[in-house]
Formats: sequence, C-alpha cells, structure tokens
Amino acid sequence: MSENNIMQVEIYRFDPELDKKPRMQDYQVDLNKVPGKMLLDVMMYIKDHQDDTLTFRRSCREGVCGSDGVNINGKNGLACITQLVDLPKKVILRPLPALPVIRDLVVDMAQFYNQYEKTEPYLQNNEELPTKERLQSPEDRAKLDGLYECILCACCTTACPSFWWNPDKFLGPAALLQASRFIQDSRDTHTQERLEKLSDPFSLFRCQGIMNCVSVCPKGLNPTKAIGAIRNMMIALEA
Amino acid sequence: MSSVVTREFDVVVVGAGGAGLRAALELAASGHNVAVISKVFPTRSHTVSAQGGISAALGNVQPDDWRWHFYDTVNGGDYLVDQNAAEYMCRVAPQAVIELEHMGLPFSRLEDGKIYQRPFGGHTSHFGGQPVNRACAAADRTGHAMLHTLFQKNLQAKTNFYSEWFALDIVKSKTGDVAGVTALCIQTGETVFFKARATVFATGGAGRIFSATTNALINTGDGLGMALRAGFPVQDMEFWQFHPTGIAEAGCLITEGARGEGGYLLNKNGERFMERYAPHLKDLSCRDVVSRASMIEIREGRGAGPNGDHVLLKLDHLGTDVIEKRLPGIRELSITFAGVDPMKDPIPVVPTCHYMMGGIPTNIDGQALTVDNSNHDQLIAGLYAAGEAACVSVHGANRLGTNSLLDLVVFGRAVGITLTNQLAEGLAMPEVEDSAIEQALVRVNRWNNSTDGGNDPETIRLAMRKIMQEDFGVFREENAMQSGLAKLKKLHADLQNATLKDKSNVFNTARIECLELDNLMDVALATAASAANRKESRGAHSRFDYTERDDKNWWKHTVYFADDKFAFRPVNMQPTHVDVIPLQARAE
Ligand SMILES: Cc1cc2nc3c(=O)[nH]c(=O)nc-3n(C[C@H](O)[C@H](O)[C@H](O)COP(=O)(O)OP(=O)(O)OC[C@H]3O[C@@H](n4cnc5c(N)ncnc54)[C@H](O)[C@@H]3O)c2cc1C
Ligand code: SF4
Ligand code: SF4
Ligand code: FES
Repeated sequence: MSENNIMQVEIYRFDPELDKKPRMQDYQVDLNKVPGKMLLDVMMYIKDHQDDTLTFRRSCREGVCGSDGVNINGKNGLACITQLVDLPKKVILRPLPALPVIRDLVVDMAQFYNQYEKTEPYLQNNEELPTKERLQSPEDRAKLDGLYECILCACCTTACPSFWWNPDKFLGPAALLQASRFIQDSRDTHTQERLEKLSDPFSLFRCQGIMNCVSVCPKGLNPTKAIGAIRNMMIALEA
Repeated sequence: MSSVVTREFDVVVVGAGGAGLRAALELAASGHNVAVISKVFPTRSHTVSAQGGISAALGNVQPDDWRWHFYDTVNGGDYLVDQNAAEYMCRVAPQAVIELEHMGLPFSRLEDGKIYQRPFGGHTSHFGGQPVNRACAAADRTGHAMLHTLFQKNLQAKTNFYSEWFALDIVKSKTGDVAGVTALCIQTGETVFFKARATVFATGGAGRIFSATTNALINTGDGLGMALRAGFPVQDMEFWQFHPTGIAEAGCLITEGARGEGGYLLNKNGERFMERYAPHLKDLSCRDVVSRASMIEIREGRGAGPNGDHVLLKLDHLGTDVIEKRLPGIRELSITFAGVDPMKDPIPVVPTCHYMMGGIPTNIDGQALTVDNSNHDQLIAGLYAAGEAACVSVHGANRLGTNSLLDLVVFGRAVGITLTNQLAEGLAMPEVEDSAIEQALVRVNRWNNSTDGGNDPETIRLAMRKIMQEDFGVFREENAMQSGLAKLKKLHADLQNATLKDKSNVFNTARIECLELDNLMDVALATAASAANRKESRGAHSRFDYTERDDKNWWKHTVYFADDKFAFRPVNMQPTHVDVIPLQARAE
C-alpha cells in the first residue's frame, strides 16, 4: 500500500439546532486506516474516529436496503457500493437533491414515499382465491424482472428534473416503476383502473425521457423503459 | 403527571421486519389499533437481505411432506428443537407461503406456473433420504420480495407506522406486567410512552456483536437488551450460526442456494473437501457441519489465498443461464465485494456469524415466558415476541437454511391470531405509574447527561466485537471463554461511564449508536455466559474441551437472566399430529 493514501472528503453539514445555514466541512482520511473499500466505510470511519456528529443513514451496507443514497461528486448513488478505487482523491458529498434536508446527509423522504403510496403499490385482485398458489407462467413472471427489485433509495427520483419542478404532482421514476410492477403483474386485475389513474397531464406525462433516472439507478433498473411501457398500454387502451 | 407524552394502542409492535409486519398485518386487517415502531423505514429492515428462500413442503418439484420437513428441522437442530413448535411451523408452512403468494409476492416460477423451489442444506425427503427442493424462492432476493410485499399489504390495511422511532426500554404496569415501551423519535429527539394492551417484540438479530458478520449494521439485539434490563430472561444464547459462505473480509452473504443450485466448496488444492466430511449430503449438509469442516481445512493449512484464511466457492460450472436467472444478486455482490465474477472464478468465502438461534423464550402462540424459582414456566403478561428476536424454539442448536423466513411468517401470524382472539375476549389497558415511565427513560437520560472525558463508545464496541470473534467463534474452549467473559464484564463497567459527545436533538445517530451499544453488550454477555456454562458440543456450539453431545446433563434449554442467574427448560417432546422423534444421535 502506498504511504500517502489520503482522501479529502468535503461534506455538506447542517444541524438546524446549531447552524443558521448549511456549510461544507473538510475531512482528511488516511485510507490505509479504513477497514473496507467502499465510500460508506470512509463515512463510518469519520463518524467513529473523527467527528461523531456527522450524520447519515445506513443499514445493510451491501446495496439492498436503499438507506444511504447520497450525492457523490454531483451524481446520486449508494455510498455502501461505491468503490473507493473508482473515486478521485477528492470527494464532495451532498444530500440527495430536491428533498428537504433534516440534518447533514439525511433528507426528509416523506414526499418520495407519498408518491410511492399514491400508486397503490399492492396487488389487487378480486377473484376468488384458489386453495393453492395462483399460477403464473415463467414468461409472465419474467415481466416483473427489472421492476420488483427497486430498493426505494430515491437516487432516481431526486435526479429527475421533472420531479424537481413538480414534486407533488409528478410521481417520479421510482413510483412509476412501482406502478409498472403491478400493471405488468398477470395476477393483478386492476390494470385498467391503474392506467386511468395515471392518465392526467402530470402523474406520468411530465416525464421528458431525459433518462437521468436510468443513469443513476444503483440497481441497474430502467424507469424510463417502464414508463414507456405504461404509455404504450395507455395508447392501446384508447385505441 | 409525568411530562412524557403517552400514546395508546391495542397493540404496539416493535420491529418492521418480516415478523413484525406479518403480525401487524393480521391485527390491522381485523380492525385493531396497531402501531408499528421501527428504527428504520420498514423496507430497510434486515429481512430485505435474505436471499435463498423460504421453506414449505409444497412438493412442487418432487413429492414432499411436512412431516419430513419436521424431521429435518428437529434433526438439524441437534434435538434441542421443541417438537410442538417445529410441528406447528412445518404443518402451517404451506398455507403461510401460499398466503404470501396471494398477497402478491413475486416468486420465481416453474414451467407449470407453480412456485419455484430449490434444494437447501439439510432438507431431505423420507426422513433423511435424498435432498429435496423445499426452498420457495424469488430468484436470490426472497427476503426483499417478502419484506416489500408485507409492507405493501400493511399500507393497504392502513397500519400506523412510526418509522425512524427507536424503542428504548420496557415500561411495567403496577402489577409488573408489560405495559408498552418508551421510544425516541429519531428526527426530533422527542420521547414518548407507547402504551398498549399487548407489546410485540420483533426486533430481529444481533449479529453485530461479532467482528465478522453477514448482518446489517442495525442488527443490535435491542429487544433482548430491553427484555434483560426489565428482568426477563433470554434462552439458548450460546447457539449462534456461522454461515459457511460469507465473502472473506467483507462479510456479505453468499446464499446456501448457490450450493443448492449445484455450487461446491474447494480447498487450496482444488479438493471438494465436503465429500470427505459428509459423503451423503456433501456441500448440502447442515451449516454447522460445513462451517466446522471449512475451519478445519483452514486450521490445517489447506485454506486458499495468500494467507490461507478462506476456502473457495465454485459456481462457474453452473453456466451463465442458471447464474443469471437464479443467482443474479449473488453475482452482483460477488463482483462488488470480492472483485470476482462467479461465472469465471470461485468466490473466496469463510464461515461468518449469521444467525442467533436464541432469543426471548415464547410458547407457540408467541407469548413470552419466564421461569420462576421452582423452575416452572410463567407467561409474561403483555409481552409477545416473534422472529429472530424470539426463541420458540424451532431452530434448537442449529437452524436450517430457509427456516427463518418461515419462522417469521408462521409465528408473526400466530402472534397476530393469538392477539386477535385475546383482544376479542378483552385485554385490559394496563395501569402505569409515572415513576415506571421515568424508570424506562433512565438509560437515555444517562447518555444525554454524560459529561466529556468519559470512555469512548467506539473503543468499547471494537473491543467487544473482537472478544466475541476470538473467544466465542466456531470453536470454543474453557480458558478462552472465561478470560473473554471477564474482559466483557470489564467493558460493561466501562460502558456505564462512556460519553456521548453529540448532544443534538435532531437525527442524532451517535446517540442511537450508544443506545444500541448497551443492547449489544447485554447480548454479548448473555452469549458468553451461556456458552461458557454449557459443557458439551451440540449443533453450532462446538467445544474443543467437551467434544461430544452430552444428553444426560445438557439436553435442556439454557435460560439466562441479566444478573448471571441460570435456569433450564426441558425440550418439548409433545407434537400432536405426528409421532415424536425420539432423542437419538444426529444423522448426517
Ligand atoms: C444475508 C442474509 C441472508 C439470509 N437469507 C435467508 C434466507 O434465504 N432464508 C431464511 O429463512 N433466512 C435468511 N436469513 C435470516 C433472516 O433473514 C433473518 O433471520 C430474518 O429476516 C429476521 O427477521 P425479523 O423480522 O426477525 O427481524 P428484522 O428483519 O431484522 O427486523 C427487525 C426490525 O426491528 C426493528 N428494530 C430493532 N430494534 C429496534 C428498536 N430499538 N426500536 C425500533 N425498532 C427496532 C428494525 O427497525 C427492524 O424493522 C438471512 C440472513 C442474512 C443476514
Ligand atoms: S426519464 Fe422521465 S422519469 Fe427519468 S429522469 Fe427523465 S423525466 Fe425523470
Ligand atoms: S428505481 Fe433504482 S434508483 Fe430508483 S428508487 Fe428504485 S432502486 Fe433506487
Ligand atoms: S446501506 Fe443499505 S443500500 Fe447502502
């Protein structure tokens, strides 16, 4: 290991009890002392050994729970699966954009969850239940791949210009991906109602196809494609 | 009047993982006023990480029978399993899993449209015969699919969620029953007394007591800490499962489903060593067996890598298709954390702390128990537990893969059903004195008022994890355990004089970590004391100095109280729908 392996980390700081306005704070971290090779390991190292007031969310530390979405050198991503070797020696960390900051890197996710809940993200089926499982062909099940894996990290929605302008009316890529997860499910009987609920000018149609969402999704999902598929179904419905 | 705000509910569920959400769903759907408190947003709970599957004898691939599943569970648990509980779990399993499908869980499918099932370690047909496909899976993201589905159904049922609220301590009623918990709103720092007719602990595991673990950072045993501090016991805490395939150094798990799909372990010589240790089930033997084998390979100098400190999991022969369809998440984890693409190269793996078999003792209705001075079970009025935090005991001395997700839904559901019935019959709202609420705030107040210059919590945490890793790992021995236990007691004393520097009220995660450390320490002490006390080897508890199972002296559950007092409970041998499996040597 090289002797001089210092990373300079500049972090957005704001504690409403202490700070009138946000500020940026510099930390120097000797990477040789950090156990682990992810950005989250550096953040935890700072918290554990340099400044216990540094505040961020984390849980699984393996990219499956969606807690630690942050803005890393201008791009949204999950700290726990961002490799240190892929980062320059100076890193700027900010909270996810477009959502109110609670403290430091922790944002208020309420608006994001509201939009998710608006899509009625649960299977709806009023047919009589069979005593065994409902059958679903592997082909029908395959339609859910790329949709059900979303971890609700909000990296996509907070990178979406259409959401920035209309955070209360445009559902945003994550919620629309969820809408699609149920629209595509062969077991859901509310397809038509679901499509109708999305047909106003804002909920879905504010998507400009800019694909910021796709470029940041840490799970490699493609909300733009899902939104396109919903559009096509709406057109088919009208025809 | 106490200045603390009180909120009243029929039921307060602490924990929004699989167990808590399944219990809450049952109750909310039957119209009760339920609050679910979770220190993280529900879908960030640890259940989301579960990969391989949930077991149920659906028989979708080959014939299967819940009685075979029952046998495997009892045998795999090295005969410390309560047979009435295992019977209940295995018998209800098919229905519980089909309910999940009906809720919308996106299971993978077989050609005929039924739920996909894969083989897993220790699951056999005909009482120890050939491996059977019993693990129902959504690719290798079964926990994610399950947790999201249960959360979504709770949204539909309008469950009250208190997300990012941290439960502090148990509040007792005038009669000594459990009356609810105090909790801290993480965002604002406000403390509230959540008062309820019944309180359910579904707070999950505590793998963070070890340095190397597959567990999430939030798995800190809070429910057990709260129970112990309230004078209630924990059971079988010496039994911790070490999973054979944690990614070396990182700790992240590679599901046993990878071996279920046909992967196998190699030592540095390229030998498939499990053939030597377990000629019948080989790489699909129980986890304790495979972990011990790997550790012996490493100790005897056949470990792989420059330091000879791990073994290798080979998957490339499965082919692109199987890996892409059945193990996509594993491939992702392996590339990210080990820098290895399993389509080409084997993954470096090492036995890693994974699962807590012990927990708060309960009956099969999920009601928590204690043991009185004459060694009789006593129900703890007002307290229930389910999931990894509970010990009902279906896992005994070693859990079978996929039996935990099953445990969550079966006993989460059972708690829900029990409480629905009890509420219908009338459960009283407990009467509580202000001093009892104040008592349950003493701990958080201590941290809030701690002055500069005390001990450093992080130093204590690191030391604790190191002791657990070195002295209470896969293999154990008296001297190391006694010295480890003594060091832990010293650390516990140091912790009482530790300092929380950050005193902010707003989203103070340093404070949460200190509160979690109290719980970790209580769990570590319970584990260490129980392990040193049990002088035999059984299941996951493996001693160099007592290498054999000793049924004459140790065929019993350990019950541990915080004041270092022990009691014991007999193993239940009364299943009602199936013949009891007599005590016998464990089959491979
Ligand atoms: C990587 C991995 C893979 C696994 N794969 C499988 C598998 O394939 N099959 C299987 O059967 N098992 C598997 N397991 C085991 C299984 O996932 C866990 O045992 C199970 O998910 C635990 O669920 P739970 O509901 O008991 O708790 P958790 O899911 O851990 O949830 C605990 C909840 O309690 C809350 N909580 C805790 N403390 C507090 C507090 N103080 N205040 C407020 N809330 C609190 C948390 O916020 C959380 O909501 C796996 C485990 C790991 C680590
Ligand atoms: S493609 Fe649509 S949803 Fe995605 S970032 Fe662009 S506008 Fe937003
Ligand atoms: S679609 Fe991707 S980026 Fe968006 S919330 Fe889901 S996982 Fe995160
Ligand atoms: S901590 Fe869970 S996604 Fe990063």
